[in-house]
Amino acid sequence: MTDKPCNLFDVGHRACGGCAAALAAKLILEAAGKNTIVVSATGCMEVFSTPYPETAWGVPWIHSLFENNSAVASGVVASLKKQGRTEKVIALGGDGATVDIGMLCISGAFERGTDFTYICYDNEAYMNTGIQRSGATPYDASTTTSPAGKCSFGNPRPKKDLPAILAAHGAPYVATASVAYPADFKKKVEKAVNIPGPCYIQVHAPCCTGWGFEGEKTIAIGKLAIETGLWVNYEMENGEVTRVKKVRRKPVEDYLTEQKRFRHLFRPKKNDGEIAKIQQIADRNAEKYGTDIVLKK
Amino acid sequence: MMEIMEGSHAVARAVTMCRPQVIAAYPITPQTHIVEALAEIVANCELDADYITVESEFSALSACLGASAAGSRVYSATTSQGLALMFEVCFNVAGMRQPVVMSIVNRALGAPLSIWNDHQDSISLRDSGWMQFYAEDNQEATDLHYIAYKVAEDHRVLLPSFVCFDGFILSHTYEPVDMLNQEQADSYLPPFKPYHRLDADDPISFGLFASPDYYQEFRYENDQALRSAQDVVASCGREFGEMFGRDYSGLVEAYRLDDADTAIVAMGSLCGTVKDAIDELRDAGKKVGLLKIRSFRPFPAEEIKSALSGVSRVAVLDKNISLGSKGAACLEIRDALYGSQIPVLGYVLALGGRDVRKKDIAAIVDNAEKGRGDIVYGLREELLK
Ligand SMILES: Cc1ncc(C[n+]2csc(CCOP(=O)(O)OP(=O)(O)O)c2C)c(N)n1
Ligand SMILES: [Mg+2]
Repeated sequence: MTDKPCNLFDVGHRACGGCAAALAAKLILEAAGKNTIVVSATGCMEVFSTPYPETAWGVPWIHSLFENNSAVASGVVASLKKQGRTEKVIALGGDGATVDIGMLCISGAFERGTDFTYICYDNEAYMNTGIQRSGATPYDASTTTSPAGKCSFGNPRPKKDLPAILAAHGAPYVATASVAYPADFKKKVEKAVNIPGPCYIQVHAPCCTGWGFEGEKTIAIGKLAIETGLWVNYEMENGEVTRVKKVRRKPVEDYLTEQKRFRHLFRPKKNDGEIAKIQQIADRNAEKYGTDIVLKK
Repeated sequence: MMEIMEGSHAVARAVTMCRPQVIAAYPITPQTHIVEALAEIVANCELDADYITVESEFSALSACLGASAAGSRVYSATTSQGLALMFEVCFNVAGMRQPVVMSIVNRALGAPLSIWNDHQDSISLRDSGWMQFYAEDNQEATDLHYIAYKVAEDHRVLLPSFVCFDGFILSHTYEPVDMLNQEQADSYLPPFKPYHRLDADDPISFGLFASPDYYQEFRYENDQALRSAQDVVASCGREFGEMFGRDYSGLVEAYRLDDADTAIVAMGSLCGTVKDAIDELRDAGKKVGLLKIRSFRPFPAEEIKSALSGVSRVAVLDKNISLGSKGAACLEIRDALYGSQIPVLGYVLALGGRDVRKKDIAAIVDNAEKGRGDIVYGLREELLK
């Protein structure tokens, strides 16, 4: 792993100021290094990084469709193997590409034991097409297809647990991470690309445009997600949780009030019932993964 | 060496001799015997390929795209519903100019469900940028695979290719086939040299996003490549003939057409039946000939125009229909003959495996002579009442 600045993911791309996905790309390549081939899905990352005739990618990169990056990556892996080549293969996709439309291809690639790393940058909606909900959109978030309204509190379902689904495929390494903890994320990427077989990392990537906060707050929001227990950073090795980021938990309100997508829970008047349900999600996360720092008496 | 083989097995053997490094395919009737045979060939180390057991046709072609972009020769095979599931990837492979070769064991598309032969599957992808070759018999089906690879990988072309042959009628039929040996195959088809590939030593980006300032030029170049592939198809077909005695230099092939009044145009295994029917019609004094289209994409409009220049009428047989319009070949032939005064009559037939016999061809010629065309031929009587 290198901490030196590197230009494998170059400046000059078209991402919004404060885009966590762009930061994730940079961190991924710093960790994986130049002997890497990236297979991207359609989505913000692909669009902002490769407006023809320009590209931000300093490593070989291919984009085919929205939902087939795992299958394309399977072919790349097979091709390299037949040629006796050593590049690492990383498939990159947004949450929509990953937990929704690409599920078939991901499941197939993991079941086949493909030697690649899949990294989902999870900005919790279809941002490229204008902030529509995905299976990774959190409970009660208002998006353009799950708008809060007179008879709606926003997205009616909690996030799909894709890490658990892929761990159930027998993946040797599954991890969650956050761009707010870049050193931790890089360590996980480096680990994943060096473990044979299909590895999965889902990196929380706060989206200032889609969630409604100022671009300079990306890292702060990412930290709050973890500090409130609404996002948990953990590693699973061969199906067992082996490492969890512990926190002194804050109430979920601290996180929710910072983002326009949850504003309807506070205006015109505070919706204690719904906020309590979100608090329950955080509490369950804390219990399930044991994230709470317990002070010794 | 002449061997009596099932069509699917002959194709699997020919594909083996083309030495694909990555194979990704998903089983579907009537293509299954090919992928089963190849799995066995790989399992017995008779071919050094990575065989990816994908979970769908969509992934099969996606994996082929990735493998090809990374610099390997690839192969897939499918039909009908499987090809329909690949629709999105097909356009992508052609747009990225990857020389993927895929066998299409032609079958009808549902609904209603049918496993039997027609050409609706591949014809529905005629606008995707793939080359499309149609085989009349199993000899041609096998030979066209070598030619397809050679043309597709030619740096003047760099386009993917379908090798189409009729489900069951060819795929499940035993015929004598003269198989090349490995040495012959290698002398004709050199190892794959990618034009570009994904390579950490020379990083480039594939599949970018193009604004309206650029998109149209990509499409234009794609179209130009497909058009100019005609010459490469002809020269690779000629070279095959010079080396092995079976000439494929024509993108179309004429049978007893020289002095014909009525020209029949057809593709695929139907051509065999048509030839037999023509022999009988000729014996009965009718001047009928056949123009077989071997290459539907690239479409050899000029070759077709000159081949048909002397006839009084053209009867085009289509095993497909653009619903609400006509058969695809009929429309293209009419376009090719535009301004010539030669009437072009379309006959959609044999959909979903309806058998075509010599007497049907005679009946169609009869219809054509009476100027009766643009029909679906051979409908059940109760529908006509
Ligand atoms: C088959 C298909 N359906 C829909 C789309 C439109 N589309 C492009 S990107 C996208 C959303 C991407 O969402 P996500 O994967 O979360 O990435 P993000 O844009 O949020 O980074 C959609 C719906 C498409 N390109 N292809
Ligand atoms: Mg997203």
